[in-house]
Amino acid sequence: MTDRPSKVLIVGSGPIIIGQAAEFDYAGTQACKAMREEGITSILVNSNPATIMTDEDIADVVYIEPLTVPVIERIIAREQPDGLIPTLGGQTGLNLAVALADAGVLDKYGVQLLGTPLSAIQKAEDRELFRQTMTEIGEPIPASRTVNSVQEAEKFVEEIRLPVVIRPAYTLGGTGGGIAHTPDELRTVVAGGLSASPITQVLVEEYLLGWKEVEYEVMRDSADNCITVCNMENIDPMGVHTGDSIVIAPSQTLSDREYQMLRTASLNIIRSLGIEGGCNVQLALDPHSFAYRVIEVNPRVSRSSALASKATGYPIARMAAKIAIGRTLDKLPNPITQRTTAAFEPALDYVVAKIPRWPFDKFPSGDRVLGTQMKSTGEVMAIDRTLEAALQKAVRGLEIGDRSLMWEDEQWQRDPEAVWQHITEASDLRIWAIMCALRRGTSVAELARRSHIDTFFLEKLAGIRDMEQRLLTESLTPGLLWEAKRLGFADSQIGTLADVLPARVREMRKQWGIVPVYKMVDTCAAEFEAQTPYFYSTYEIENDAPSLTAERAAVVGSGPIRIGQGIEFDYCSVHAAWALASAGVQSIMVNSNPETVSTDFDTSDRLYFEPLDTESVLNVLDNEGVPPTIVQFGGQTAINLAEPLTLENVALAGSGVSAIDLAEDRRKFEAFLDRLGIPQPPGAAVTNVEDALSIASNIGYPVLVRPSYVLGGRAMEIVNTPEDLKSYVATAVQLSTRHPVLVDKYLQGKEVEVDAICDGKDVLIPGIMEHIERAGVHSGDSFAVYPPRDLHGHIEQTIVDYTTRICLELGVLGLVNIQYVIFQDEVFVLEVNPRSSRTVPFLSKVTEVPMVRLATLTMLGKSLAEMGFAGGLWPNQPLVAVKAPVFSMAKLRGVETSVGPEMKSTGEVMGVDVTFEAALYKAMVASGLNVPAGGTFLLSIADADKDAIRPIVRQLAAAGYNFMATEGTATMLESMGIPVRMISKRLQGTPNVVSVIRDGEVQAVINSLTGGRAVLQDGFYIRRAAVEMQIPCLTSLDTSRALATALSLQQDAYLVQPLCAYRDDR
Amino acid sequence: MTDVPNHPHALLALEDGKVFFGRAFGSAKDAAGELCFNTSMTGYQEICTDPSYRGQIVTLTYPLINNYGVTPVDMESVHPWLSGLVVRELCAHPSNWRATQELDEFLANNNIPGIYGLDTRAITQHLRTYGFKRAVLAVAPPDVLPEEARDPFLWSSGRTPGIEAYVNDCIARAQHVTPLSDHDVVGEVSVNTGKYTAHAPWQPWPLPQQTAAQKRVVFIDTGGKHNIAHSLTSRGAEVVWVPYGTRYEEIRDMDPAGVVVCNGPGDPEVDAVAATVATTAKLMQRYPLLGICLGHQIIALAAGARTSRLKFGHRGANHPVQDIESGKVHITTQNHGFQVDAASIPENSGFRVSHISLNDGSVEGLRHHDLPVLSVQYHPEACPGPQDNQYIFDEFTELIS
Repeated sequence: MTDRPSKVLIVGSGPIIIGQAAEFDYAGTQACKAMREEGITSILVNSNPATIMTDEDIADVVYIEPLTVPVIERIIAREQPDGLIPTLGGQTGLNLAVALADAGVLDKYGVQLLGTPLSAIQKAEDRELFRQTMTEIGEPIPASRTVNSVQEAEKFVEEIRLPVVIRPAYTLGGTGGGIAHTPDELRTVVAGGLSASPITQVLVEEYLLGWKEVEYEVMRDSADNCITVCNMENIDPMGVHTGDSIVIAPSQTLSDREYQMLRTASLNIIRSLGIEGGCNVQLALDPHSFAYRVIEVNPRVSRSSALASKATGYPIARMAAKIAIGRTLDKLPNPITQRTTAAFEPALDYVVAKIPRWPFDKFPSGDRVLGTQMKSTGEVMAIDRTLEAALQKAVRGLEIGDRSLMWEDEQWQRDPEAVWQHITEASDLRIWAIMCALRRGTSVAELARRSHIDTFFLEKLAGIRDMEQRLLTESLTPGLLWEAKRLGFADSQIGTLADVLPARVREMRKQWGIVPVYKMVDTCAAEFEAQTPYFYSTYEIENDAPSLTAERAAVVGSGPIRIGQGIEFDYCSVHAAWALASAGVQSIMVNSNPETVSTDFDTSDRLYFEPLDTESVLNVLDNEGVPPTIVQFGGQTAINLAEPLTLENVALAGSGVSAIDLAEDRRKFEAFLDRLGIPQPPGAAVTNVEDALSIASNIGYPVLVRPSYVLGGRAMEIVNTPEDLKSYVATAVQLSTRHPVLVDKYLQGKEVEVDAICDGKDVLIPGIMEHIERAGVHSGDSFAVYPPRDLHGHIEQTIVDYTTRICLELGVLGLVNIQYVIFQDEVFVLEVNPRSSRTVPFLSKVTEVPMVRLATLTMLGKSLAEMGFAGGLWPNQPLVAVKAPVFSMAKLRGVETSVGPEMKSTGEVMGVDVTFEAALYKAMVASGLNVPAGGTFLLSIADADKDAIRPIVRQLAAAGYNFMATEGTATMLESMGIPVRMISKRLQGTPNVVSVIRDGEVQAVINSLTGGRAVLQDGFYIRRAAVEMQIPCLTSLDTSRALATALSLQQDAYLVQPLCAYRDDR
Repeated sequence: MTDVPNHPHALLALEDGKVFFGRAFGSAKDAAGELCFNTSMTGYQEICTDPSYRGQIVTLTYPLINNYGVTPVDMESVHPWLSGLVVRELCAHPSNWRATQELDEFLANNNIPGIYGLDTRAITQHLRTYGFKRAVLAVAPPDVLPEEARDPFLWSSGRTPGIEAYVNDCIARAQHVTPLSDHDVVGEVSVNTGKYTAHAPWQPWPLPQQTAAQKRVVFIDTGGKHNIAHSLTSRGAEVVWVPYGTRYEEIRDMDPAGVVVCNGPGDPEVDAVAATVATTAKLMQRYPLLGICLGHQIIALAAGARTSRLKFGHRGANHPVQDIESGKVHITTQNHGFQVDAASIPENSGFRVSHISLNDGSVEGLRHHDLPVLSVQYHPEACPGPQDNQYIFDEFTELIS
């Protein structure tokens, strides 16, 4: 560290994708706060608008721009920062920093990399350098060797022991690899791997079967002070990606010697790499000796460090940012205790469990087996004083229906082998499968043998099973109930087992005085008095959290990040807490997601880390004297609590249950709109096949079908024939017996969407967004543009009028999201959601209307007029903003990638500029839909779409792109006079449509759907090949048209400037 | 885990009337002592066998104990010394490749009672707020607690009817427990004599460089932990234990290259230790000296300084200590209820404060201007705790080589 910087650039991590979620918003936000505390100007760049870090009062200057080297260079040229912190924006931010350094940009502008130096990043990231460094300091890494023959492999195995893993070089997704336990297997697998590898080369690596996987979060400052913040032990042993493992903090099965041995190794490693900031060390420990291996080091803050921060209370990212600008740990106060310093190691007096949230409820056809490729989209964390309770609470926090640890798959009844498959192969259902096996009498020893999970954890699960047995057989006494609660059993579980209604269990509990107390997460196991307002529930004797006494309100968060419910809702929850604070009302946050800003201990006046089920939220509210509760910002999770909370006499702040119910009850809603004279696509709610068929034939196919009360359009489909409708209803009605299926006329028109704020008198519409894809593509998967491009004045007026009347008549208080379709110049209402939506952050950022703040304050009784706002449409800003969806399909094998009514994207980016083309281009680039100049498109277009594709092809040809196409499409191109290479179908020899993609001859794919759901058609393989090669694959012609428009843009013909400059550029 | 039905009901009564209810394990008998807490998340066996806990009932703040059982290798002395152990949960099925025994059995075999199932965080908060307390760990006899009154919730929450008189009696007994400062606890734990031989390999750490080969170090046993001796023998030294009352002349006759005054229990200013202080004052003038914990306090007293009692002590494996000269911070293991008063160190003693606690600024180390004397309040030998401070033994090894 030479000089303390005065202006620092912080690079975010871009859109939410699998492997890179909200944790980096948390990290970036902490870094910005740290800079502000230190009096340093922060420049922030991120392409993801749904982040707190891109708020203009978090960083000093905010850029919402694509994360590319040319863009960042222009930012650096404009802002002239003296430093860049590379380690807070995930792998994206780290790679970008390295690319900027490599391209000479940092040297050119005299920008210093702050904190962890480039050499450290390289040593940690480069396989060979890492191996050298570890060898130099004597830290063991898994033995491995690259071999080109079976003999070489056999020779290597003589030096190490079997089993070994064989990984062929340059094959996708590890095809052709495997594990060899015996010399025979070694020969077979190596031979297979060599032939699968295009360069006849495989890596033979020591296979750490059944070794414990342990992680340490380590910090180091420029004065070489080193501490470990936390260690964590995975319940799943080596082999499952740590992001997909159930993780416990602190480690449970390590004696002090083992704990310290690995701690010392972690400190040796961070020192040898020269990291200044935070770092994550992953280690494998032999369960039968002191042998260990260093598996991986992340020289940056990570998902694990966010988890460690929430698990311990120690704000790693904030401290890492301060270390980066030269502060040392001994001079930094511990922000939790406010009395001690940051140079210490947290002591926990509780157990933390993290469980990943996987998307297989949305992708039932996806490959559920867990391995080295992370598949989860998010995670939940739970804290308690017993491991059993932490685990059970975390399971409930997953919000997979009402699934507790008692859930079993129906198939398991019939097929015991299916249970074992989940246990031995490790899938997302493993923990339930283990419980199932235990209930069927399988011994812990047998489970340990076949899963390699430590008996410590299995015994804990067996203990849960024992309690289930007791609840089934013994009568419910205070003692039994107390012991069950201490093991984390929910009232609903106890009710089911003891054959009592859950509400009655709750009654009995309260009557007996068995209520949870709340303990503080204080970093020091109560050794010092702490100032933190961070609590978890447990069944113990003394309560650390007496009710707040001033005016207060609770905000129910949105739980784990999943498809359909992303970081946007965390953004809203955070702003709700801040809005309460600004009005002098104390905020109480309830949430279960460790990645987020909402669960940062200084976001709210009180943070309760709890699952978002009725029982847990009610308990928190009871502990706080039942304050008014806001359920509007936490997505469907919070909205689903509206009814049960209201039944328990909780006062909801904002729109009441009747408004929510009216909007979601098809029949009531239809009558309501009829009364207002507002049209919606004809349709009805049905509960049986006969009704569905008769409604559909009345309104005419195609129809849009979906269950009511679902998230992210789950199970929503466009159905073209009575047969398809029959099969849909047969499967979908099972999804939700409480609620019917909606059958609506599918109007393929232009879809627009508004978010509005209603105070009961006025309705403010900050903006209208137009979808680029026609109705039929889920709004979460659509490109959206603000302001709308070609909306006739009278249409706009109609939208404003409808929105206003709907809000006032429905009794909306706070936010509402309404989706419309414009079909043949008429406006139809598709959907009304009386809650915040996924577009609120986007719209807040582009319009500068503080939507969540206004909404929150209206709930407290303030009028829009009092706050200086009026009803009606907010003036359009002099900018164009495009929201683009981002998918994580490359990580999910076997999943259909085409867009449709069911949401599939995991995140979003925003492109903003003064022209539509430039904004679109940026959105495309930021979302990864970039096609290099002169690249080749592979076209496979359904006959029905051939007319529509012509102008798109012309535009792309004019921009210099080349084409390959299947027969029919190729003929069409030839007739247009456009050169094209015809490619045969998949099963007609090579090259074919799939092989050209795999061989890297194609840079983008446009594949319009031919209908039908069969997964075995060519289209499916084309799309999977494209995502696995990580090239753009478009299934919507509308998106394709937009891409063509974007690619026609002159290179660099876009602005790079702070977000506020676009708004001010009149 | 839940309460084990055949474990007797037990309680922990504090002298100020605070009572916590749990179940007994280990030896099912009553115990008395001063109640303290330790925040280490691992190392319960090392804590139990640390003689410095003599006379104390130790509360472990980490709630899951016995996860990895007990192993002969991790003994810090010949047997556990504490008066009683207080834990939130006693793991029913420990799992670790080295485990040969469970904590329950281990304590029972050594006649030491434990209590589990109680709100250990509440205990810790109580001690933090009101300071250390004398306490009684009592196993409720059957006549006090008839079968039908044994509901786990009523017991845990202190609502069991009809136990008031018994509870009050326990509180009264707590008020009569002899304070730590009033008895010679060092005398009870000073049991080692003769040459120390390692009872177990130095696993899992690599052996340090052998720089003190064959040098004799006399180890004044005030209740020393084995890993102190281990840390020296692994550097090649020969360690010879002598009882704490050993006279200066006897030590001199052993012709040591250096002397260690080790850790131990209790108040350093009790009369029983006065002779050791006097001996140390003489040794200081002639031999390289290493003081650890109680030994550090004894060196300070020998230099004319005073000690005082901390409100609730420092016990854990996460205590930051700053080396004043280098500015570097080390994470240390600590276990002390008394401290050296910085202001009391006579200016002409030649001693200066070399290390301080970053938590409360208290003295964590002393150095002498000229004499080869090192003393630290914390535990460089760790066990349990971070291995970051082995350098102290390197420094001492240099002094005696």
